[in-house]
Amino acid sequence: MLQGWIQIGLTLLILVAITPLFGGYMARVYQEEKTFFDRILNPLDRLLYSAIGVQPKENMTGWQYARAAISSNIVMALLIFFLIMNQGWLPLNPTRVPAPTWDTALHTTISFITNTNQQHYSGETYLSYGSQMLGLGYHMFTSAATGLAVGIAFIRGLTGKPLGNFYVDLIRSITRILLPISIVGAIALLAAGVPETLAGVVVVPTLEDPAVSQAIARGPVAHYEFIKELGENGGGFFAINSAHPFENPNGFTNLVQLVAILSVPSSLIYTYGVFANNIKQALLVYLIPLSILVGFVILTAIAEYNGNPAVNALLNVDQAPNLEGKEVRFGWAQSALYAVITTASMCGAINSLHDSFMPNGGFATLSNMFLQIVFGGQGTGTAYLFAYLLLAVFVTGLMVGRTPEFLGRKIEKREVVLASFLILLVHPIAILIPGAITMAFPDQLSGISNPGFHGLSQVMYEYASAAANNGSGFEGLGDSQPSPIAIAGGAETSTTALWWNLSTCFSLLAGRYIPIVSLLLLADGLSRKQPVPETVGTLRTDTGLFTGVTAGVILILGALTFFPILALGPIAEAFLISRGIG
Amino acid sequence: MQTSTTATRGTRDSRRHTPKADMSGVYQRAIRESFVKLDPRIVVRNPVMFIVWVGTIVTLLVTIDPNLFGTVSADAGNQRLLNGLITLILFLTVLFANFAEAVAEGRGKAQADSLRSTRSDTVARKLLPNGSIQEVSSTELRRGDQVQVVAGDMIPADGEVVRGIASVDESAITGESAPVLKQPGTDISSSVTGGTRILSDELIINVTSDPGQGFIDRMIALVEGAERTKTPNEIALTVLLTVLTLVFLIVVATVSPLANYVEAPTTIAILISLLVALIPTTIGGLLSAIGIAGMDRVAQFNVIATSGRAVEACGDVNTLVLDKTGTITLGNRLADEFIPVNGHSVEELAQVALAASVFDETPEGKSIVQLAEREYQAKVGFDRSTAEGVEFSARTRMSGTDLPNGREIRKGAVDAVKGFVRSRGGKIPAEIDEAYARVSRLGGTPLAVCQDGEMYGVIYLKDIVKAGLRERFDQLRRMGVKTIMLTGDNAITASVIAQEAGVDDFIAEATPEDKIDVIRREQNEGKLVAMTGDGTNDAPALAQANVGVAMNSGTQAAKEAANMVDLDSDPTKLIDLVAIGKQLLITRGALTTFSIANDIAKYFAIIPTIFAAAGIGALNIMGLKSPQSAIISALIYNALIIPALIPLALKGVQFRPLTANQLLRRNILIYGVGGVIAPFIAIKLIDLIIPFS
Repeated sequence: MLQGWIQIGLTLLILVAITPLFGGYMARVYQEEKTFFDRILNPLDRLLYSAIGVQPKENMTGWQYARAAISSNIVMALLIFFLIMNQGWLPLNPTRVPAPTWDTALHTTISFITNTNQQHYSGETYLSYGSQMLGLGYHMFTSAATGLAVGIAFIRGLTGKPLGNFYVDLIRSITRILLPISIVGAIALLAAGVPETLAGVVVVPTLEDPAVSQAIARGPVAHYEFIKELGENGGGFFAINSAHPFENPNGFTNLVQLVAILSVPSSLIYTYGVFANNIKQALLVYLIPLSILVGFVILTAIAEYNGNPAVNALLNVDQAPNLEGKEVRFGWAQSALYAVITTASMCGAINSLHDSFMPNGGFATLSNMFLQIVFGGQGTGTAYLFAYLLLAVFVTGLMVGRTPEFLGRKIEKREVVLASFLILLVHPIAILIPGAITMAFPDQLSGISNPGFHGLSQVMYEYASAAANNGSGFEGLGDSQPSPIAIAGGAETSTTALWWNLSTCFSLLAGRYIPIVSLLLLADGLSRKQPVPETVGTLRTDTGLFTGVTAGVILILGALTFFPILALGPIAEAFLISRGIG
Repeated sequence: MQTSTTATRGTRDSRRHTPKADMSGVYQRAIRESFVKLDPRIVVRNPVMFIVWVGTIVTLLVTIDPNLFGTVSADAGNQRLLNGLITLILFLTVLFANFAEAVAEGRGKAQADSLRSTRSDTVARKLLPNGSIQEVSSTELRRGDQVQVVAGDMIPADGEVVRGIASVDESAITGESAPVLKQPGTDISSSVTGGTRILSDELIINVTSDPGQGFIDRMIALVEGAERTKTPNEIALTVLLTVLTLVFLIVVATVSPLANYVEAPTTIAILISLLVALIPTTIGGLLSAIGIAGMDRVAQFNVIATSGRAVEACGDVNTLVLDKTGTITLGNRLADEFIPVNGHSVEELAQVALAASVFDETPEGKSIVQLAEREYQAKVGFDRSTAEGVEFSARTRMSGTDLPNGREIRKGAVDAVKGFVRSRGGKIPAEIDEAYARVSRLGGTPLAVCQDGEMYGVIYLKDIVKAGLRERFDQLRRMGVKTIMLTGDNAITASVIAQEAGVDDFIAEATPEDKIDVIRREQNEGKLVAMTGDGTNDAPALAQANVGVAMNSGTQAAKEAANMVDLDSDPTKLIDLVAIGKQLLITRGALTTFSIANDIAKYFAIIPTIFAAAGIGALNIMGLKSPQSAIISALIYNALIIPALIPLALKGVQFRPLTANQLLRRNILIYGVGGVIAPFIAIKLIDLIIPFS
């Protein structure tokens, strides 16, 4: 038991320790200060700028920035959709996989373009190497960079600076942050035993019976794996994601992945501190997601360690870790930690089946995605966190007897419209409405494998994962079309899969682009406001008191909205199990 | 530079009076009004209450037929009772919110009625171009007409005095019974207000406003709230409340299929109850009452704000620009010390100063007499009836007395007296310059005294800073408000007064242009500036300032440019206005926080009990008796908290001049933490009391 807690503690310690280093580095990158890579990359940047006709010094307005982000995303989406639909005859397809159904291709495209990587398919049997590497691998960089760019533009606006230029931020995100770190990370994974090959499936005789042969899927995994974590993408090369021994062979790769997953969203808060020239505030704000994260890890890990009382009763023991759906090489501790971190950060990679977790795990992972600020998505998580801060300032700031202001900028109607719409309304719309429709017609639409409370969790998890752009699945839903090979062999397409593909597309898009536009407009408006000088009559937002107030606002406005779901899902299930009917 | 002529008028509390407003019928009228406001066209303006209103109608329908939206399992009679109770409580919730608004409005209406009574039609004597007089109704007067008013007449319209001197009773608008002298040309005292009464003599008045647009008409509209538009902060808050309402609408609408799926179905009436409990009805019901009450508090202070926006801006003010004279100092300099020269004793100087001042009726002159008689037992050593007073004139800059024996005694500006002494062949001692410098250094005004060619000494006239101002400025500083004093005095004098009064900054030898410049300079730094003014040449600065308070004694131009008018013409009120503005914002924030914090308890009261079938009864930490009792208790709390908080909304949260952090800590503790805890206790108590099982 102690070993498990030490693993958890050390991992979190490493994460906290790299925050100022990485956060400071990102601040240098986005403030265009000198960095290590400039000598090699500056000429490359210039070449790219002139190739796409960008004036790098030109600042964009909020609308321009949003338009650039969305239009470039649309172009990339069309490209990947074309690629997947035509993978049958395109090169890099040694396993000769034909095109999947259109709804699978559409869902996959939107899921990757939105940095979600929700997978209603199995990588190795639905997609060719070409689709995975060129289509999805490429998106793992661009969608992550889009999020980072929006996050940095938001930070700039919030701190009263011009928003910057989307194309410059996109390119610098890739060339200075995602690409170099991915190269180092991929080599580290490679060294630890993750394969990287263009050769097709290998067929070997099994150890038990040499007469029986087994086909083992492999591919260019290592490079794909690292950006999957670093970019908060989460879409695995193999269906079972980081539980697969080729994706995540051992404890070391697991640690590398965990650090990679959380490094960008957590460090970006520090980057804010540099931009705002207020490291103290950054550190205080950092405590909000960190304490929620630690709380959820403890909540989840305790339940996994103690195991299911019903199972324990059968085994005639008091306590045995719940290892259903877990890899024994990771055990209860690293599985619990991975589950919480991957849902906290909107990565969505998994190294164990969340469906099999005790209800505590369901509660923690669902809450993470409902909140979206437990470090949250690449770039957007930090922005959400500060949007909550703005709302907290607005609600409680009046109580000091002034029109609320943040960093000297008044929070008025426009800010309240954008911030409240953004963080209070979009999420319920994108999760609750499709979720309720699905639950209203469970037989026709959902294809739920478990009835009752757990089934409710499965459905809501799927939409929460889509809307929060997380991408992990509770699984257990009939959300996949048959594989292209199976369809070629005459398998029927499924209506529930069609419903899932299309309805989650709605959640994916609503959860990604409405916030992006709102965040940029919010930042733009704030950056244009005349700052009011700070006096003792000004509400200070960099105090422990105000940080506590913000946490309260997040709890009441962000979490209570989803209280009925949590009550009818994981909480009800927990009571059920505790009554010994599990 | 313009200065106000008004001296201090007593303490803050003695000034608090509403002129003749009859408050007795306010509550009856408010009850009547709360029913009138049930009109959906009125309710729809308040999105939160509109949802409750729609909910009431739906629950009424399921009271009539519980199976209207699908069959419910329980027996219909029991359902009907529960739904009926829910309907009743929801209806009361809307009614309470209407009542809150009506009470707040009623206080303004009562005030408006008393003002309206002064505005009755009068017969005006209009002067025709040929000089003859025509009797017309006051409603026919137009801007530019000239009218004649004589003692006993009601002044028919706002205007400027063109001819005549008369005393006017302005108590109808100021509540101040002492008559005011009106005469032409003197900027301030030449403007008259329609509805006031002329007590003596006669005036020719140039009408400056068309009917229905006079000062009193505007005041009526303002206190009545007829022109009330939502302030920017109110709009922003309404947006947030609307979004919260929408969020909970989605939550409640979507929870039904989920509950059905886990076999814990519920009814439409219960879902509506959950919705109403969760949406921010408390602040939604009190929001407009808070705003109206804020305006009303200003009005009770005898200040008329042209908009709620102006009151709100008071709370945001960073800088107060204050005139020295009349605002910071009493406006009159008083004799403080005699400084003899030429070897004269102080008693001799006092004797001569007294002789120089016996005919001086100015406060300065009287103070010299007082000081000489009281401190130095000086006596008038000549026959007053044969002596002759010499009045002060701008040319001579001296005043004094010509004694019967031919001696000329003078006091006045040091330069002027020096000149007088030289002209009489006297010598100027060097000490006089030392005394002059000393008095100037102290921020006082030196007056030299001589008898013929003999210089006697210098009188130190001291500017008296109003009592208690230093503490007020300290309070303002603690609230983060900076004070800047403007004065026509030289820099030395100004700095001494500034230090004595405790202002943060001062501008000496200021001109009206300086006033605008300093306002602009502060505004360019992003600050909000408040100032007071009364003269026509203050009008541009009043318009430029974010909060411009014109004195009622001031000119029409100043009043037009300002966004507030102080009926008592007391410039120090600006400081109180800052506190009122802050109090308004704090009240709004406190009740919003309270309202939202309440949701935790309501969630924990309702969700576990209505979904008890899902086995989450253990979440019922309050141990409420039954789902029915839980719902009814939460709704009763939800409804009753509105009238319970009406007094707070109207009176405002107690304001203390603390720093922002201290205020936040205090208010979060009371309204945030209190808002989380209070409903747990209240709902539990209601659950214990009501006989519902």
